[in-house]
Amino acid sequence: MLAFILRRFLYVLPVIVGVSVAVFLMIHLIPGDPAQIVAGMEASEEDIAGVRRALGLDQPIYVQYAKFVARAVVGDFGVSFRTGRPVIAEIGYRYTNTILLGLAAILVAVVFGGMTGIVSAVKKFSVFDNVSMLVSLVGVSMPTFFFGLLLMLIFSVYLGWLPLAGKETWLHLILPAITLGTPSAAVVSRLTRSSLLEVLQQDYIRTARAKGLAEVVVVNSHAIRNAMIPVVTVIGLQLGYLLGGAVVTETVFAWPGIGRLVVQSILARDFPVVQAAVLILAITFVMLNLITDLLYRVLDPRISVQ
Amino acid sequence: MTIDRTRIIVPPTVPGVDGPEGSVSGRISQKSRAWHQLKRSRLAIPGALVVCIFIVVAILAPMLAPYDPNKNDLSNTLLTPCREHLFGTDELGRDILSRIIYGARLSLLEGLFSVLLAMAIGVPLGLVSGYLGGKTDTIIMRLVDILLAFPGVLLAVVIISILGPSLVNAMIAVGVYTVPMFARLARGSTLAVKEEPYIEACRAVGMGHFRILWKHVFPNISAHLFVLATLRVAIAILTAASLSFLGLGAQPPSPEWGAMLSNGRNYLLIAPHLVVFPGLAIILLVLGLNLFQDGLRLVLDPKMADR
Repeated sequence: MLAFILRRFLYVLPVIVGVSVAVFLMIHLIPGDPAQIVAGMEASEEDIAGVRRALGLDQPIYVQYAKFVARAVVGDFGVSFRTGRPVIAEIGYRYTNTILLGLAAILVAVVFGGMTGIVSAVKKFSVFDNVSMLVSLVGVSMPTFFFGLLLMLIFSVYLGWLPLAGKETWLHLILPAITLGTPSAAVVSRLTRSSLLEVLQQDYIRTARAKGLAEVVVVNSHAIRNAMIPVVTVIGLQLGYLLGGAVVTETVFAWPGIGRLVVQSILARDFPVVQAAVLILAITFVMLNLITDLLYRVLDPRISVQ
Repeated sequence: MTIDRTRIIVPPTVPGVDGPEGSVSGRISQKSRAWHQLKRSRLAIPGALVVCIFIVVAILAPMLAPYDPNKNDLSNTLLTPCREHLFGTDELGRDILSRIIYGARLSLLEGLFSVLLAMAIGVPLGLVSGYLGGKTDTIIMRLVDILLAFPGVLLAVVIISILGPSLVNAMIAVGVYTVPMFARLARGSTLAVKEEPYIEACRAVGMGHFRILWKHVFPNISAHLFVLATLRVAIAILTAASLSFLGLGAQPPSPEWGAMLSNGRNYLLIAPHLVVFPGLAIILLVLGLNLFQDGLRLVLDPKMADR
């Protein structure tokens, strides 16, 4: 197992290096002189030269990259152009908020998606199955921002049950979590259904039925466990994708997360914050995928045999 | 009396007419089989119909739109739906129905352009990667892995941060964000096709790699690519609308649906129709594409029907 973990880690290492190169190059790929952009269009030649020196832009690019990585490893991403505070201080609590939102959203996806998927598979081609398939199709066809605004309109404006936006109490988490989790719930539901249907056709299920077990026991004790293996993998991947999806949901609900920070920083051309936030999100995503991969191996011993 | 169907004698076939797939009737029966499968998915035809309606609306926008989509009418701001303005007006008195009709052009353009761009980059990469294998494959696929390391819409957001917010840049960003999906599918399909005896035969007669890829591998994987393209057009429309909603795509006064929603949320409490109609337009178009794509998948993989 240790060898497998090590091998997988060695596999993701080049990806992390590649991501760091891409993020580092962002500021160099912007059309125009990065020092001019940072200093502002009205800046004098001297100011621009000063910024160039301060950012190390006058050094060879590989030296700049090496310094960028050396500083990033210890969490030093420089200072935000917008607020003047250290970038890591800007990102810190927002990252926790995004993870909290992601976990709440995945809970929504697992509970709603998992349950409807199981019922749909057990009652294949029933009214419930057809309706839930249609709902999940609409779920994946609906833009998250529109869904979020609709929820806001119904539950905050008309019914007044839940707060509109922001993050003060745990109640503020409910609408963003449902908004972010619903498309994933649709994916989890469809996968649970097809996976369970496949398992229900296996010989050992026929045996379980033949020895007179009740259908509930057959489904609960024999089918679901095996059917859940691919679902767990997808849940892991979905959690990663939710980090990206949070960019939109956090903006709709003014949730103080890292996604909203990225958008605000892009619009304000605050590049150190964009670089740091994107790098942290991408590395989190890669690590989540790695963990999912390892979990899949633990859950399904057949993989180890193969 | 019952008829024993197993004993019915099949009439002799005329060579070249009822023959294999290459013949005329072979192609016709293949087409009718595909049509039959498409109909089996029940919702594929209505889906295709919805998409067709949006395409017609987009093409005929100047004839269908009752008003100029960008014409302000400050004496009629934030009107709720009425006879003169079926979907109401926005904060500048612009007719929302006309803006949605013109917006269909932008959304379809966003979806098609970004997917074509993604195919133009991703498919050749995947073809070469799968066909040549070895180090070329490793390098291309590691590059694709790096693109895939940015979760969800984040890669598009990163590209926008480099290029700057605009409609064209949003389309480029969504295109690049979609490249890995086409590269991976093209590679996987090429790996399967290149082991076929006819590819070996092509090599045996001395055909060049480029010609084999273009004339023999590509046509055989194109059906799978087409199905993915329909799905990705739907996702591209959603992603581009999200970027516009965030202020990173189409800019005002463009009647882009995502931008209209972004603007409308400022008036959510007093004029929710500013949000509802553009939102419904996006859902309808994307749902139509998704339903159509579901049917197409069934045509390619009839086993799916039992699932």
